Amino acid sequence: MSGQAISLPRWIDVGLLPLWNLMIAMLVAGAVVLAIGHSPLQALTVLLNGALGSVRGIGYTLYYTTTFIFTGLAVAVAIHGGLFNIGGEGQATVGGLGVALMALALGPLLPAPLLLPLLVLSAAVFGMLWAAIPAYLQAWRGSHIVITTIMFNFLAASLNAYLLVNWLRPKGGMSVESAEFAESARMPALHELAARFGIELPSSPLNLSLVLALLACVFVAWFLWKSRAGYALRSVGSAPRAAHYAGINPKLQVLIAMGLSGALAGMVGVNEISGVQGKLTLDFVAGAGFTGIAVSLMGRNHPVGIILASLLFGVLYQGGVEVSFELPGFSREMVVTAQGLIVLFAGAMATVSAPMFAKLYSKFANKKGA
Amino acid sequence: MTAVVQAGAAVPAVRLCEISKRFGAVKANQGVSLSVAPGTVHGLVGENGAGKSTLMAILYGYYQADAGHIEVNGAKVAIANSHQAIALGIGMVHQHFMLVDTLSCLDNVMLGAEPGFFLKPSSRKVRAQLETLMQDTGLHVHLDALVSELPVGELQRLEILKALYRGARILILDEPTAVLTPQETVQLFETLRRLKALGTTIILITHKLKEVMSLCDAVTVMRAGQVVQTTGIADTSAEDLAQAMVGRKVNLGRKAGAQAAGQQTRLSAQNLTLRGANGVALLNEVSLRLNSGEIVGVAGVSGNGQSELLEVLSGMLAPTSGSMQLGDTKFVQDAWLKPGRARELKLAHVPEDRHACAMVLDFPAWETAVLGYHLQPAYNQGPSMNHAVMREQTAAMQERFDVRPRDVNLGSSKFSGGNQQKLVLAREIGQAPAVLLVGQPTRGVDIGAIEFIHNQLRALRDAGCAVLLVSSELDEILALADRVIVMNSGRVTGELGIEECDEKTLGLLMASDKAARA
Repeated sequence: MSGQAISLPRWIDVGLLPLWNLMIAMLVAGAVVLAIGHSPLQALTVLLNGALGSVRGIGYTLYYTTTFIFTGLAVAVAIHGGLFNIGGEGQATVGGLGVALMALALGPLLPAPLLLPLLVLSAAVFGMLWAAIPAYLQAWRGSHIVITTIMFNFLAASLNAYLLVNWLRPKGGMSVESAEFAESARMPALHELAARFGIELPSSPLNLSLVLALLACVFVAWFLWKSRAGYALRSVGSAPRAAHYAGINPKLQVLIAMGLSGALAGMVGVNEISGVQGKLTLDFVAGAGFTGIAVSLMGRNHPVGIILASLLFGVLYQGGVEVSFELPGFSREMVVTAQGLIVLFAGAMATVSAPMFAKLYSKFANKKGA
Repeated sequence: MTAVVQAGAAVPAVRLCEISKRFGAVKANQGVSLSVAPGTVHGLVGENGAGKSTLMAILYGYYQADAGHIEVNGAKVAIANSHQAIALGIGMVHQHFMLVDTLSCLDNVMLGAEPGFFLKPSSRKVRAQLETLMQDTGLHVHLDALVSELPVGELQRLEILKALYRGARILILDEPTAVLTPQETVQLFETLRRLKALGTTIILITHKLKEVMSLCDAVTVMRAGQVVQTTGIADTSAEDLAQAMVGRKVNLGRKAGAQAAGQQTRLSAQNLTLRGANGVALLNEVSLRLNSGEIVGVAGVSGNGQSELLEVLSGMLAPTSGSMQLGDTKFVQDAWLKPGRARELKLAHVPEDRHACAMVLDFPAWETAVLGYHLQPAYNQGPSMNHAVMREQTAAMQERFDVRPRDVNLGSSKFSGGNQQKLVLAREIGQAPAVLLVGQPTRGVDIGAIEFIHNQLRALRDAGCAVLLVSSELDEILALADRVIVMNSGRVTGELGIEECDEKTLGLLMASDKAARA
């Protein structure tokens, strides 16, 4: 006599429902925009135009998308292992640190084709190790991963600041950042690559990391649903007792899930540090680790969904910057509000409307069946 | 279908008229009519999914019928929620008790029905009322004891008392004996007869036909959402009812087993002791031996160490002390068997908790069907899994064990209990194990499927497998086992050959606190 389980056809569940949620979020955001005395339609036009209306805008949008894909995948892999990794922020920071250390040490010695893979590897390993500590604490010591990963975000930020201030800052440098990397440690930007083929593109921070992000999506899809390791990981995630029964060691799977999750988050360092900044800076992750949670929730923890959700958030970020630029009195905070509403409606309250659709659908199906 | 109105009674206590209810495409109730005479015990039997629970949920206000109406004591009523049901004098005792473990019995009865704002005077008032009620009905419970400290038999009495305190004149009991010892069942039935004598109307949902025959005045059989028949108890028999439930003849009784000659010991355990976190011995010096070609039944009331025994023997849990020999390999507490190793040594395990342990409910059937055997080379291609082979094998398992629907892509949670169990058995038996540990193989399983599963277990035994059967259904043990071990409070309180077993002997051993080792 349990409550009626809601089972919706797939096209409603993964198609209509997210769109509906997005629409509600936009409506509410529109109402807020109206309330502060702006035209919602104008704001939306500027937003879309800024994000998608020019090649340069698209470049920026896809650059943001790249970062969100990494952090979204990181959250998704952990969720499939039954874990809530809120530490993407810290893991990305430490991943960037890994990139910087490798780039500063070997930048002058190695050519780009050798160095860039090493940078990626370093970002992944640093992120992985940083995530492995909370994983170990959860699996073998019983401390809760949500708490520890939050704490590790602060630790990572502090560690980064400490290293920058005391060790990595060039002598006499006034700003808190490392020395510039050698050219071979820079992930090639798209407009540079295009220029080599004689195509003129306006400059944007979009770089080869996007390809890396898409490859990561393919890998995660294969890993979760096709590999033996993913099978074990998902069993632990959805039925830990059954996994134990099947001879799978749940503790080890916690380590694997978090390790992979941390490695994916760490890759943000490739996009930001090697791809854009060319030096290690403070706070370069800028909340992308947390946005990854919303991205993963909205993308139903699936790589394809995560790509779409990342695109959406990329548009919002880039478009939001343009809106606050173009419309006087329309502050950056307003854009954050809109993003917050989307996270609220499409993420946290993603299934609130599901019973309504279930009712409508069953009415429709009954009529058809009768 | 026709509704047979009880003869002799003027106004039925409850009358359900042409009730229909559908969930999506599933027609849970189709034009169900049922009439219960006041002061009688009315049995409601049927397989899982026959619509009994839905019908009672409609009567108790959990669901609203799509069509049809309800009459209570002759008056047409609308019951929108359980509060209204209670106000009409309908009480329900759920199969899984609705009690707060950390409160006393008195507080549990009072919860939600406090007569006043302040607790002290209220509880004094309720206590007085309850004491009279207990006197009248013979439902004795320790009012000040915490629920978590009481045996299930007493908790059941508490649940009934709770319903009566709220003024129930019509009592719905959902599978009340599922968790009771035979002695507790007898006690419960005495109480129910007494309540009946006091004028209470009782609706008894059950799948134990013997109980229906001994307690009920009339019985309604449901199948596939419809009423098949309603008869007075004198006009029917257990066999008749079983046939009506399943729609064909079933035989759940004992069959002459081919007791294999030349038995060899497949598994032996010595002095297994397992202590819980608080130092309580969950298993206490348990020793046992499993031979090829026999089924050893473990009888006992749920929660007396049988579950732990299965977990220890299957390697899911290491004992605090003790040793075990599986085939030629010996294990001691510090280097205990692991589930993966157990499978290598041809020990298969059908766990008690099908949903949490035996399958991953989020997985489709073809992923659940290789759980535990997912490392076998056949299912793998390098680091990838071979989905084609997995699907093929699952389809073969579904075919061999008649799993319905034959859909390898259907979610594991979407199969009925019996079909889930058949898939798990197909997986475990399919490996031709030397030892099979099986816990509650037919819990929540339809009669038709029970017969099938029993036959599969017998066939496995006849093929020389050593089977350990843990079941809280005595009938099941009596129907299958060649030898019976009885457990109580983590101890073995007796070991009997099947010819020495009857319900009374086993019941006494199940209830005995002292280890009366046979």
